[in-house]
Amino acid sequence: MTQKQRERAKLVPVSREPALLTERDADKSPVLECIDLGITFGGLKAVDNFNVTIGRTEITGLIGPNGAGKTTVFNLLTKVYQPTHGTILLNGKDIHDLNTAQVNRAGIARTFQNIRLFGDMSVEQNITVAMDTQMHYTMPEGIFRLPRFWKEERAMHERAMELLSIFHMEDLANAKASSLPYGAQRRLEILRALATNPSLLLLDEPAAGMNPSETAELMENICFIRDTFKIAVLLIEHDMNLVMNICEGIAVLNFGHVIAKGTPEDIQNNPEVIEAYLGKKKEA
Amino acid sequence: MTQKMSKFKSLKKTTKVDFATYLGVIVVFAAVSALQSGGSLTRSAIGLLVPICCYMSMAVSLNLTVGILGELSLGHAGFMSVGAFTGIVVSQSLLDSVTSAPVRLAIAMVVGAIFAAIVGLLIGTPVLRLQGDYLAIVTLAFGEIIKELINCLIIGHDENGLHFIFNPAGNKTVDDLGLSATGTAIIKGAQGATGTATIATFTAGFILVMITLIVVLNLTRSRAGRAIMAIRDNRIAAQAIGLNLTKYKLMAFVTSAALAGAAGALYGLNYSSLQATKFNFNLSILILVFVVLGGLGNIWGSLIAAAALTILPEALRQFADFRMLIYAIVLIFVMLATNNPQAKAFFQRLLPHRRASAEKED
Repeated sequence: MTQKQRERAKLVPVSREPALLTERDADKSPVLECIDLGITFGGLKAVDNFNVTIGRTEITGLIGPNGAGKTTVFNLLTKVYQPTHGTILLNGKDIHDLNTAQVNRAGIARTFQNIRLFGDMSVEQNITVAMDTQMHYTMPEGIFRLPRFWKEERAMHERAMELLSIFHMEDLANAKASSLPYGAQRRLEILRALATNPSLLLLDEPAAGMNPSETAELMENICFIRDTFKIAVLLIEHDMNLVMNICEGIAVLNFGHVIAKGTPEDIQNNPEVIEAYLGKKKEA
Repeated sequence: MTQKMSKFKSLKKTTKVDFATYLGVIVVFAAVSALQSGGSLTRSAIGLLVPICCYMSMAVSLNLTVGILGELSLGHAGFMSVGAFTGIVVSQSLLDSVTSAPVRLAIAMVVGAIFAAIVGLLIGTPVLRLQGDYLAIVTLAFGEIIKELINCLIIGHDENGLHFIFNPAGNKTVDDLGLSATGTAIIKGAQGATGTATIATFTAGFILVMITLIVVLNLTRSRAGRAIMAIRDNRIAAQAIGLNLTKYKLMAFVTSAALAGAAGALYGLNYSSLQATKFNFNLSILILVFVVLGGLGNIWGSLIAAAALTILPEALRQFADFRMLIYAIVLIFVMLATNNPQAKAFFQRLLPHRRASAEKED
């Protein structure tokens, strides 16, 4: 990638204030680089010329009106859809040839707009199953309960409990996932994504259906997760309070095009963004 | 502390159910063995013991595919027939070299399981890429194909080893095998296997059921089982957490086929004469009925359903013409009682302690 392309793709301006975290090093080693990413469904360009770079420990937001193509971007990044043009670099490596499962193992974990939990399994199982790729015991070892089975299962149980403690959900470990209240299901989905040890966490409307106090807690938790696990977060959200408060960089999507990129302040004052959300002022 | 206690208690819940299942099978085995040696079982009841064990094992293994993996397979009898005829060939050809019947039976069941697993792998690799109805239809077809292929086999054994003829035209007989004077034919095409030494025992059946239970239950409670259930619950999310769908689906399917093969070997060695047509579509459906009736994913339910629905038609023999009618009515009532929410609530009112435990679960 040429330096010019990098400049164009940069989500957070170089001239930003000193980073909140000292280890923040967004510009030197981005976790994700999208270069001219796009997909065409038939003749419709759902996403076009999507150029965004995300730093290693940044919280970034992807906003835009309904139908702008935000979830399509997530589906491109996780290879649910194969991009028709452009390149995705994850930790500097092209993920063109990977499928959804391999992309996850390479480091992108996601949640879904319409919650997709493993409903008939317990809360703890929902998390431990996400650690499957980090376990090494084989099927016969599992059937005959050999030592490695017990060792890894115990370690995974402890890690699952640690993860659950982030959202204070330890008590619910044995509840059936589908029996949880809506907010708890959303939180569980975030934990399940975290359990796969991602370097980039994609959250699709994490605050949807949450009340203001739940949203406030969620905001704290997203920052906590970023600080603890040192990962990047890219989130789609309609709650502007959440986006403007925790995102360090924001990209605005409209009709599949990025119409603005920058810090929350830049976005709030950008006339194009205001137009996209509120419509054009009639000439007097 | 209280958190730890509740964690401990509910952690044990699945383990408790598993142990109750093992214990139940052991107790029933001991009781039936005692009755048998006491001479209080009729001849027809004794004749049912080995088939019941085979059906239990079939039902539990099919539950792995249908209940745990969530894919409808209509060709389970096909794997059973592969196991059955492999087992018969192995047992008959080892007749002289391995004189101990239990050892021969064990070898036959293991080889039967391996062959069924290989066939399961061959079928599963292309078929598991399909989903839902398509997978059901293709497994049904494969079950029929296996049956027809075995119908064309002529196999004999003499001191030079095994002799095969594949006879799709139906114009060849045992004489074409070229057996020596001491050789015997084991499988004679459409006539099936005849003159098999029946070495299946109830004890072997019990061991088979226990092994099936251990394999299926422990698999379900391990990482593979979790992955398999995750694929069942939400395929897209399972992919999104990095699970290799094909690998885990095949794992469940092949394990299920191998267990069916072992059950088939035992079944085959229980009869002196056996035709491939025995393992037809109706048998696959019968086993599916055991699984659905016992509850999808419910292992002990499969055991009870298999036993009850094998005994029931025999017990209803005195009603002669109405036998199958009553069988169907019983089926409908049990389905209603186990699956209808209102009927469930009604039964819970009748059983106060079950109501209490159900409320606790909520």
